[in-house]
Amino acid sequence: MSQRHMLALFNNFEEAEAVVRELRGASIKGFNADSDMVVKSPIEHPEVEEFLGEKPVYVQWFTLGGALMGGLLGFFLISGAQANFFAQVKGGKPIVPFPPNFVLTYEMFILGGVFVSILGFLICAGLPAKRSPLYSAKVSEDQISILVKSDDSAAGELKAIFTKHQAVEIQEEAGK
Amino acid sequence: MKDINEDIAWAKINTDVLKSLENPRKLYWVILAVAIAMIAVAVGCETYQYQMGMGVANMNNPHVWGLYIATFIFWIGMSHSGTLLSAILHLMHADWRKPIYRFAEAMTTFSLMTAGLFVMVHLGRLWQFYYSLPYPNERGLWPNFQSPLLWDAMAIFTYLSSSILFLYVGMIPDLAICRDNIHSGWRKKLYTALSLGWEGTDRQWRNFRVTYLTIACFLIPLAVSVHSIVASDFAMSQQPGWHVTSFPPYFVAGALYSGCAAIITLFIILRYVFRFEEYMTLSILKKTVRLTFAISMVWTYLNAVEFASVWYSHDVASKAVLIQKATGTYAPFWWMMIFCGSVVPLILAFKRFQTNIPVLLAVSLLLNLGMWLERWMIVAPTYSHGYYPWTWDHDQWPSFVQWGIVFGSFGWFTLLFMLFCKIFPSVSMYEVKEMVYHRTLAKKNLGSAKGAH
Repeated sequence: MSQRHMLALFNNFEEAEAVVRELRGASIKGFNADSDMVVKSPIEHPEVEEFLGEKPVYVQWFTLGGALMGGLLGFFLISGAQANFFAQVKGGKPIVPFPPNFVLTYEMFILGGVFVSILGFLICAGLPAKRSPLYSAKVSEDQISILVKSDDSAAGELKAIFTKHQAVEIQEEAGK
Repeated sequence: MKDINEDIAWAKINTDVLKSLENPRKLYWVILAVAIAMIAVAVGCETYQYQMGMGVANMNNPHVWGLYIATFIFWIGMSHSGTLLSAILHLMHADWRKPIYRFAEAMTTFSLMTAGLFVMVHLGRLWQFYYSLPYPNERGLWPNFQSPLLWDAMAIFTYLSSSILFLYVGMIPDLAICRDNIHSGWRKKLYTALSLGWEGTDRQWRNFRVTYLTIACFLIPLAVSVHSIVASDFAMSQQPGWHVTSFPPYFVAGALYSGCAAIITLFIILRYVFRFEEYMTLSILKKTVRLTFAISMVWTYLNAVEFASVWYSHDVASKAVLIQKATGTYAPFWWMMIFCGSVVPLILAFKRFQTNIPVLLAVSLLLNLGMWLERWMIVAPTYSHGYYPWTWDHDQWPSFVQWGIVFGSFGWFTLLFMLFCKIFPSVSMYEVKEMVYHRTLAKKNLGSAKGAH
């Protein structure tokens, strides 16, 4: 069956929330509220997570991996260079001194953490992304939008729910 | 007095901030022209120094570090309050920072860029700047990984790149607003490319929040480490007056102090030039002023600690440098530093001056003059009055070349900063909306106001 995308815009966050709750509560054939619905908003609404259901974030794992990689790379880079220093007279001092090496290791730890966090953010948030055909610039101003994907058969029911909750505009993209 | 008017429409926030990208007051162009003229002076001086050698800077033995290093520390310090405002206050949920943190972050980035230039200017041989980088010894340079100078290069590179990324990531939702509202020209292409296709989906916001918080957590210890390392350039040496344990916290406090003073200056300028009176409100200015006052008192205390530890250490050479600072050739500048850094900020304790814009502009400039003098008074007196009397040189004075390059660095910073504010939104639109939203919720009953834009 062909699929249809629909975007509904709301002036009021409360209405958008009511729509999401209704869509999640209703069992509409050809529409899965968990995977086929996206909420777009001009600001970060912490409430969105409440009514969309908690979804995991994996950026922290990238951060941890990046920081550890950065720190280890830093330490071994310096130690590797210092290991050549045995050619010099060290006067009994250690070839690889830990306290001063800690500073550069620490800087590389942070550098790795920050760079890989950004990479993780881009991957997890799906960026860079092509603009979806159903998008309204009003979302970056003051309106909330709900984008749904459904079978053609479910479109009428979804549209009715949007209209019931005073959607200010409904955009449709059919036949995919 | 409110931090922001809760009744402000979200569409108006977009319109007002986007207007700043196109239509500043005439003063903007005057500032830009002055900045370019200042840069021209610096370029002239640097070209002359490059052709003639470092001798024309009047840097010699014992004065091997001159105004360049003092100004380098000044610019590194200036960068710290961007991190304070955006990262520390973000973690503390101080939402009054939201309209002003963007330009503070930009200030961080550009002051670090300016500081980096001084390393090269100080080296003299610009083509060998890579001597200062921490890379292995394939080229036979044998970099000393135990030297704070080398740590400095790495710390500044980390801080600069992390600050740029922090600034950029925080700006992505606003770049999408610019993309949606500007319909043609190079700006449209720029914002489209930089916004990375941001649409404000729940998935994007969720990951954005965690990433921003994570980088903020990294930036705070990084900022502290950067200036502690700069302090180590001095404190880990055996020079009289520098070998002081309290130097790292003293440097960090000084950095936050000069940065906060610079934020006040730039706040006042941006507020007027871009007509941001509704966003950069007097209430927020008052909070920034109080923060600056608190930090000025910390700096004053640490100054006293430094003097006391030198005095009571009974280290003859260090004590002689301290006496030399207070009574010798540099005495007028040293006392000026004390006056600007510890006495002038007392004005900020008075309520009626906390929102008096002309007074605050003058005070913030004086505070930064004091903080610049502080850095100079760390570098120069120690070199002029070292351990050995035959190395004493109390009459050394930086040449016009040094002064010209230092002067031009302010133009360079101003140029970068003002261009940034004209190309990118200097007030965070989405965060101001969040601020308005949360305050509206707080003002009304949470249940009944929920969802009202």
